[in-house]
Order: sequence, then C-alpha cells, then structure tokens
Amino acid sequence: MRYLRLLGIQLRTSVALSMQYRADFLLDGFIEVFWMATALVPLLVVFHVRSAVAGWSFGESLMVMGWFTFLQGVLEGAINPSLVTVVEHIRRGTLDFVLIKPADAQFLVSTARFLPWRAVNMLTALGIFAWGFHVLGRGPSALDVLLAAVTIAASVVILYSLWIVTVAAAFYFVRIDNLSQLFSAVFDAARWPGDVFRGVMRMLFTFVIPLILMTTAPAQALLGHLGLPALAGAVSGAAAACVVSRFVWIRSIARYTSAGG
Amino acid sequence: MSARSTLRALPALLRVGVYDALSYRGEMIVWMLATTMPLVMLALWTAVARDAPVGRYGQPQFVAYFLAAFVVRQLTGAWVFYAMNFEIKDGTLASRLLRPVHPLAAYAIEGVASMPLRVVVAIPVALLSLALVGPGAVTHDLRLWGLWLVSIAGAWLLSLFVNCAVGCTAFFAESSMKFMDAWLVFYFVLSGYVVPIDLFPSGLRAVIDWLPFRYQIGLPIEIMTGALYPGEALALLARQWAWVGVGLGVTALLWRRGLRHFAAHGG
Repeated sequence: MRYLRLLGIQLRTSVALSMQYRADFLLDGFIEVFWMATALVPLLVVFHVRSAVAGWSFGESLMVMGWFTFLQGVLEGAINPSLVTVVEHIRRGTLDFVLIKPADAQFLVSTARFLPWRAVNMLTALGIFAWGFHVLGRGPSALDVLLAAVTIAASVVILYSLWIVTVAAAFYFVRIDNLSQLFSAVFDAARWPGDVFRGVMRMLFTFVIPLILMTTAPAQALLGHLGLPALAGAVSGAAAACVVSRFVWIRSIARYTSAGG
Repeated sequence: MSARSTLRALPALLRVGVYDALSYRGEMIVWMLATTMPLVMLALWTAVARDAPVGRYGQPQFVAYFLAAFVVRQLTGAWVFYAMNFEIKDGTLASRLLRPVHPLAAYAIEGVASMPLRVVVAIPVALLSLALVGPGAVTHDLRLWGLWLVSIAGAWLLSLFVNCAVGCTAFFAESSMKFMDAWLVFYFVLSGYVVPIDLFPSGLRAVIDWLPFRYQIGLPIEIMTGALYPGEALALLARQWAWVGVGLGVTALLWRRGLRHFAAHGG
C-alpha cells in the first residue's frame, strides 16, 4: 500500500518534469516516426522479395513488430530513463542517498523516472496491429486478445528483470555510459519472428535473453497460434526471471562501494 | 595550438589513449556487444535466402556480407560525440581548451588509439567468416584491398566528423543527443548496415548514392566482399572523400561558432 502511494508520487514528479520540456516531446515524436521507419524498411524490403520468411507472412510479421513497438515504448518510457539515472548514481557515488531512504532500493531506482510521452508508442503499436489484421483479412478473437494480454504481461516482467541484471553490470564496470545502448541494441533482435533464428542464436534468444518469448509469443497468441506449452513457458519464464533478477540485484548491491558522494 | 605542437604530443597522446582503452576493457566489451546488429541481420537474411538466393545474395554471400559489416563497424566506429556532448555541457571542455593541442585533434587521437584493441576483436570475426564461407568470402583482387584501406580511412574520418559536428550542436542546443539519434536512424537504414544497398529498389539506390550514410559503412563492405569492380569502387571513393571534405568543413564552422557560445564555469 505504502509502495503504491510512493509509485504515485514518483509518477507525478515524472509527469511534472516532462511537462517542462514540451518542445522535446515534438522532436521525440518526430524521431519516433523515423525509428518506426527503420523498423519497417528492412521488413518491407524482405517481403518485397519473399511472400513468407521462416513460415511468417507479412501480416503475421507485423504482429511481432507491433508487440516490439509496444515493448519499446515500455522500455524507453518506463525502464530506460531509470536505468540512466541509476548508472549515473553509481558512477558519482550518490547511490548512497537512495540506499539510506526507508524503502526498498530496487523499487526506488526502478520508479525514479518515467517519460509519459512514450505512451505514444502504444498507439503506434495499435496502428500496426490494425494494419497487420487488415493485411491478413481477419480480426482476433476475444480469447486470443486475452491470451496475448497475459503473455505480454509476462514479457514486460521479463524485460524488467533483464534491465535489473543490466543495471547490476554497472556495479562491476564503472564507466558504462553506453549501457542503455547495449540494452536497446540487444533488444532490437526482438523485432523479428523468433523462427528466423536457428542454432546457437535461437538457444541464446530463448533461454539466456528470452527475446523470442517476449514478442513472438504474444504475436502468436494474437494470431491464435499459441500452444499451451508456450503459454506455460512464458508465465514460468517470467516468474523465474523475477527470482533471478532479485537475487542478482541483492548480490551486486552488496558489492557497491560508495565513491564517497 | 599549432600543428607542430600537436605532432610533438602525438606519440604521448597515442600511448595514453592505448592505455586508456586497455584499462576500460569492460566498456569495450559492452560496446562490442552493442554492435552485434549485423549478426541479427545475418540470421534474418539467411532465413530469407533459405530456399533461393535474393538477387546475387545466397546464404554464403549474406554470411560474408554481414560478418564484413561487423568487421567494418569495429574498424570505423567513432563515438566522440558522447564525450564531446558531456564535456561541453559539463564545462570540462575548458581544461581541454587550455592544452596546446586542438581539442578536436585530441578526440581524434583517442579514437585512433582504441584501434589496436578493435583490430584484435575484428580479426577472429574475419577468420570466422573465412572458415564459414571459404575463400570466396572476400575479394582476391589486391587493387581492391588497396582501395579498401582508403575506404576504411574515409569511413572512419566521415564518422568522426559527423560525431564532431553533431557534438558541436551541444554548444547551441539542449537536445544535441536527439540530433545524434536522428542521424543514427538514417545511418542504420541507409548505410547498408542492415540491408545491403543493392537490395533496395533502384530509385532509392540512386538517392542513397548521393547521401553520406553509405560511405560510412556500406562502401568498405562492398569493396571487401568483392561486390564492386575497381572502377566503380574508385568512383564511389571519390564521393566518399568529397563527403569527408564536407564533414571537415561543417565541423570547422560549427566548432568556431560554438566556441564563441561556450561559457563554462570552473571545469
């Protein structure tokens, strides 16, 4: 209950902060359109020469792209800003001030900063879904939407856990100004249907960094192709990711030696 | 800030730079992991070419192309922008200005100094490409290898000047970071980094030929994989170096203007 209230306060500060930079919002939106174009150009080129890739048609691939856009919004709106803040804290040694506050440190750093403007991504994602279903010539059933909601929730949990593990890396390498770039670079692979990857990469993206689960599974759910094992895998994967990331966080916070901030 | 004092300081600066790169190995690994996009595109495009080749690209050609892309990115990457942006906003640029070496030269030297470590990273990937694809992965034309070296130098210089020029916008604008992001978007799509240039429709390709992005990464890849005849390569090299000239000009202009704006406290 107390944490819910804290979350509310943190959110309110973030909204107030971002209202100060309205011009940034326009520029951000502009760049966002370009980012979407980057995402779509290779897709369009690929489906210009082929009607299906690794068993995925153009319309089906758009579902993956839609969930990718959605998760990217979550990543850049809610996860990345806090990541930048906490890395800065670690570098300057001011993490002390967070640690001495009477609330869980992981909670505090996770909710430090939000970019509410990023909610625009959700609208873009909806647009992509609409386009995809238009190409496919049908709509999703209510059950499919429900299953997709469950799997995407699992994906958000996994994404957050990966983020915590990445932050933990900042305790080991101090000069990591490009940590967020690493994160988005790796995450970028999630814009393609998982079946594209084979061999080592498929193992890597299923078990180590479960990108395939994160976007392909919700896309399959939306298309009505998601099997029960995959659903169970997504949910248990999310639970496991939670436990592992909490463990890693506690281990690395123990290693933190203040720079005497 | 004469050229002579810069030259005199060069060996020492290079040595410091190499030590600096070595002591931040961890950061280097992170950077390397952040540049694995060619490997993802490799997976995608080989999946596309599983049944039949796309244009002149079969699976082995895609493997050769994207492993070359990884190597070229390692050798031509410049990220001076981030340091510049930070130092201008932070005011620490002031201490650089006091030194008898031009700050832009110092940034460039830091970039050069990290090269040995990057070559060490690039060599295994190049060997892997040879092992996977066989000797056909790269060109056998020695003239092309000569041009390749020129194109690598040009690509690096162009990336450096882009970084510096966009870095200079930090003198004027709060949101210099956004400018870099916008540049990177074009750079990723139109440079041949994620889609080989010759897979674009021919109309778009004609436009890309005139834009700087391809010369930052695509051209060295094409030369290395033997996609171009020496004549074509020379013509494209001329454009690349023309862009290097433009980059130098714009950087010089922005830097001079920007310094007048610069008012740092302390530093």
